[in-house]
Amino acid sequence: MQDFGEAFGLAFELIFNGDAGLAEIVGLSLRVTLVAVAIACAIGFPLGAAAAVLRFPGRQAVVVAMNALMGLPPVVVGLFVYMMLSNAGPLGVLQLLYTPTAMIIAQGVLVTPIIAALTRQTIEDLAGEYDEQLRSLGVGPLGQVATLLWDARFSLLTSALAGFGRAIAEVGAVITVGGNIDHVTRVMTTAIAVETSKGNLGLALALGIILILMAMMVNGLAMTLRTQWMSRAYG
Amino acid sequence: MADLALNLGVAAAARAPILPLSAIGLSYGTAAGTWVGPLELTIGGGGVTVVLGPNGAGKSVLLRLLHGLLAPTGGAVVWNGRPLDRETRLRQAMVFQDPVVLRRTVAANLRYALRIHGYRGDELKTQVEDWLARAGLARLARRPATVLSGGEKQRLAVARALCSAPEVLFLDEPTANLDGASIVAIEGLLRAARDLGTKLILVTHDINQARRIADDVVFMVGGRVHERAPATEFFGAPQTPEARAFIDGRIVL
Repeated sequence: MQDFGEAFGLAFELIFNGDAGLAEIVGLSLRVTLVAVAIACAIGFPLGAAAAVLRFPGRQAVVVAMNALMGLPPVVVGLFVYMMLSNAGPLGVLQLLYTPTAMIIAQGVLVTPIIAALTRQTIEDLAGEYDEQLRSLGVGPLGQVATLLWDARFSLLTSALAGFGRAIAEVGAVITVGGNIDHVTRVMTTAIAVETSKGNLGLALALGIILILMAMMVNGLAMTLRTQWMSRAYG
Repeated sequence: MADLALNLGVAAAARAPILPLSAIGLSYGTAAGTWVGPLELTIGGGGVTVVLGPNGAGKSVLLRLLHGLLAPTGGAVVWNGRPLDRETRLRQAMVFQDPVVLRRTVAANLRYALRIHGYRGDELKTQVEDWLARAGLARLARRPATVLSGGEKQRLAVARALCSAPEVLFLDEPTANLDGASIVAIEGLLRAARDLGTKLILVTHDINQARRIADDVVFMVGGRVHERAPATEFFGAPQTPEARAFIDGRIVL
């Protein structure tokens, strides 16, 4: 067990020396999370918009389920994905367990309901404004979904960011399906958990600092871009 | 006055007269009460039909029922014997009191409507430029539509509605709360559309605007049609006490 001063010293040394092991972990974390969020956006945006615009029997139940799924316990998601991907599971033949792909699936399952639910709220607000005008122009339900998604694109960036924040900071699901295998499935959160339990606070702190900085930078970058795009499109 | 079944057939249209739009036993109500009808009404020919009446007369609800934005709770709206559907909707357009502009540039708002009507490529570009010029918005083409003034937004909404050359244009108090210059510009666009044969059905409670633009008048009170007459007759010799009071500027409940 190191003392805190020593741990911070080691953490900054790892960061400023550009430690290769550290970079590998950070790179994999980013790759897994960005792919998972991209897939979640591809599913969640149209799903949320459809729930906002389309009227069908059971719509209210879908909305309630979508909102409830925002609070999915990560470990349970991990367990569910594990069962699906294990040799005895329906997708066992794909041999994806303990691979980055399994982690992407777990993060995607966690994040898709968040993005879908936030999208539904955003699109529903805009649909209230556009509804009569679009119907008057003869735009059908699918055309309305496409129009609303496009016109709300800057607001939807916030939904994507919420998903990114949840995914990059997630540990329970990815450790269950990824297993924290060095050079294969070790990401920042799983490494922090394991290194802390081993008393290796320097590496854990270095990863923690990078994780926080990364979350702040991604949010800052996204917000800056959003402001610039919005001022160009909305004034 | 009893519900009227009239077809005045104003002969101002330059192209073939539009098919008659008829409300048959039309009514609309909610748990809070009946807002319109039951009423019988047929609007045909070209020109400008102004729906006049005090606040709460059901004018805007009637307009939405005729355009198919609201489903009637009784009766039906038919266009030359056909119920309203997407195809008939594409031959109509509507401008709302509070203009709804898409969160895109001014030009993109026009492009959006034109694309729905099948315009592409050079023809689309030409049409956009043409309508920007007609609406006096050419210098604002690349500006976000949301930052326009109220008058500019409404000019854009009118241009977007007219660019598809609709056979019928519904207008729900399109110049309410606008300055004089904007009203003149919008009425100019509407007159030009009327002269090209678009039937205009305009809701207003602005008696002066009705005098300027109406070819015939539908006067409503309490969700019912109280009087229907050519504009000169309506303003010269109103047949009902309510219409007389409204024209004189007295409060009609």
